[in-house]
Amino acid sequence: MSDDGMEQASAAPATVRHHETVVSGPVEHDITDGGPDMVQFVDGDGNRLPTSPSNADYAQIVEDLTPEDGRSMYRDLVLVRRMDAEGHALQRQGELGLWPSLLGQEAAQVGAGRAMRRQDYAFPGYREHGVAWCRDVPPENLLGLFRGVNHGGWDSNANNFHLYTIVIGNQMLHATGYAMGIQRDGDVGTGDLDRDAAVMAFTGDGGTAQGDFNEALVFAGVANAPMVFFVQNNQWAISEPNYKQFRIPPYQRARGFGFPGVRVDGNDVLAVYAVTKAALDAARAGQGPTLIEAFTYRMGAHTTSDDPTKYRIAAEVDIWREKDPIARMRGFLASKGYADEAFFDAVDKEADELAARIRTACHEMPDPPKPAMFDNIYVDPHPVVEREKAEFVAYQESFAGTEAGQ
Amino acid sequence: MKLSLAKGLNAGLRKAMEDDPKVVLMGEDVGKLGGVFRITEGLQKDFGEDRVVDTPLAESGIVGTAIGMALRGYRPVVEIQFDGFIYPAFDQIISQLAKMHARSLGHLKLPIVIRVPFGGGIGAVEHHSESNEAYFAHTAGLRVVACADPADAYWMIQQAIASDDPVMFYEPKRRYHERAEVELDEAAGAPLPLHSARVARPGDDVTVLAYGPMVKTCLDAAGAAQAEGKSLEVIDLRSLSPLDTDTIFASVRKTGRCVVVHEASTFLGMGAELAAQVQRECFYSLEAPVLRVGGYNIPYPPSRFEEDFLPDLDRILDSVDQALGF
Repeated sequence: MSDDGMEQASAAPATVRHHETVVSGPVEHDITDGGPDMVQFVDGDGNRLPTSPSNADYAQIVEDLTPEDGRSMYRDLVLVRRMDAEGHALQRQGELGLWPSLLGQEAAQVGAGRAMRRQDYAFPGYREHGVAWCRDVPPENLLGLFRGVNHGGWDSNANNFHLYTIVIGNQMLHATGYAMGIQRDGDVGTGDLDRDAAVMAFTGDGGTAQGDFNEALVFAGVANAPMVFFVQNNQWAISEPNYKQFRIPPYQRARGFGFPGVRVDGNDVLAVYAVTKAALDAARAGQGPTLIEAFTYRMGAHTTSDDPTKYRIAAEVDIWREKDPIARMRGFLASKGYADEAFFDAVDKEADELAARIRTACHEMPDPPKPAMFDNIYVDPHPVVEREKAEFVAYQESFAGTEAGQ
Repeated sequence: MKLSLAKGLNAGLRKAMEDDPKVVLMGEDVGKLGGVFRITEGLQKDFGEDRVVDTPLAESGIVGTAIGMALRGYRPVVEIQFDGFIYPAFDQIISQLAKMHARSLGHLKLPIVIRVPFGGGIGAVEHHSESNEAYFAHTAGLRVVACADPADAYWMIQQAIASDDPVMFYEPKRRYHERAEVELDEAAGAPLPLHSARVARPGDDVTVLAYGPMVKTCLDAAGAAQAEGKSLEVIDLRSLSPLDTDTIFASVRKTGRCVVVHEASTFLGMGAELAAQVQRECFYSLEAPVLRVGGYNIPYPPSRFEEDFLPDLDRILDSVDQALGF
């Protein structure tokens, strides 16, 4: 990032490096250190790191960002964290049945989401509230699923953000098929920045074990599809650590499927943005898929139904608290003189307003009328659904005027 | 024009691809080879590799990417090579394909056809002779149909592709090479709707409900019964979900007796559902309990046993006699 940089300076895809490692024995999984391959631009104290072999390919993308870009990303990080905290609080107060918190993963999601262009498409798991935010999905949309009034229900084509997918890994294939459709539409490699499109598929470290994840990598590789597989390695698949999910880290696996894999510091929003932008540019240009592993940490529980004190130690969480993505970006902006206290205060105030808006929307979300459960099962009329709906309505109406019906 | 069932499907697929450039075929070996049963023969040559896609050998991947293509506006027609190979895709079909329209509150449509060659009687090795239609008929959000003859093959595949809902399309593989007259011109008479049953042979004494490969077996049985003075009404269900209950109930109310025939094991098979609905709706017309003739409740046996495992003319007539004996 430089004071006079220009946003989106170049349409040319950046070269994406292949990282190769020969695995000869059991692998030590360091749960707090991403290792020398990891792309990083800002350290835990907010200092801009010098160009290194691992980040050199992406340095220009960061240089091209403006201070305004930096402030805007910081704002997203703070608002996303506040939105997430509100979801968590609403669950604790009985307004939501469940909430999967993204606490600690804000930079991974904002960096990825901000790198996408309007015509790109995101296929999330169920923790991608930050990606949703960057796609301009109203946060209120995410509540219905967790409040139990619908199974998602938003129009995914309104923001090119697919419905949350709860069965781990299923969405990786949907994303790949969508990308194959983009290829058939001829919307790859035309050089038209507003036409060429790519797809991002999101999952976690646990998701990499699924057959669908691996099949998606096969299909995308064979088709040379405009895909970016974005794995948020938050170190924990509920209670199972990395070493129970894989023997080599996900970014190294990409090579075996025939395309590049990159590990990026998932708590460094500038690094995630740069790596994702390079991968998306390559995909849109027709250079095929990339797998990005964002090395990050799930600061909270898996969901509100989980108790991480049963399987992980507090010291580990403390180490990661020092790598906090928001504090890091704030330190960077302040040390560079790109933002002042007034700016940070204004963002905090905006976050409080967003939280209030989400809270109100949740409280005001009506329960759907009971017969609505029979709606939209099929596109075309279906005799069984229609008959049962009519029977249900008649049954419900039979209580009219009785105690149960009042 | 006289066509085999396989050629009827091929002609129907070709017509659908000509009519709508968004129709895409996907599956294992469907390209140059034309599929192991040659159903897609010649289509890749004429429509190109982007529209007739030889996929990697992974059924969940095939159905999962078909869903993604449908979300982009395509109408994928997926070929599952054999019935017994569909299970890796079960999760995508049940968890995603069947539910996504509802999950999106109607915003998303998944016009996908999954073609499944099904049933036994061809002397195949394990996993090549199964009848798993009930799993999918049990699942709301899917439509399930089975063609039984070349004319239905030609028309029903086009109707299934035109459906905005996902359709499981079952093809009786042992009938692929049986030939019959097919009217290719819609002007000569509109084809039966996709979800209508058809009275394949009218009769008065016993209603025989069948679909897919068993329709011909039941028609043969009805011919044999005629010689003994028994009049069977054979109904080709054609649609397993939803069922055309009007046609079924009207027949049973007329005959008072009902025998259901399918290759699938009887326990919780289509016959169980049909028996439950017929006894509920035709109770005062019934002269005998609804009987089922199906595969035994064992895994599909090695092919040296299959003649005795599968319902045949004698077992069907035995049940007909039982129904008439009440």
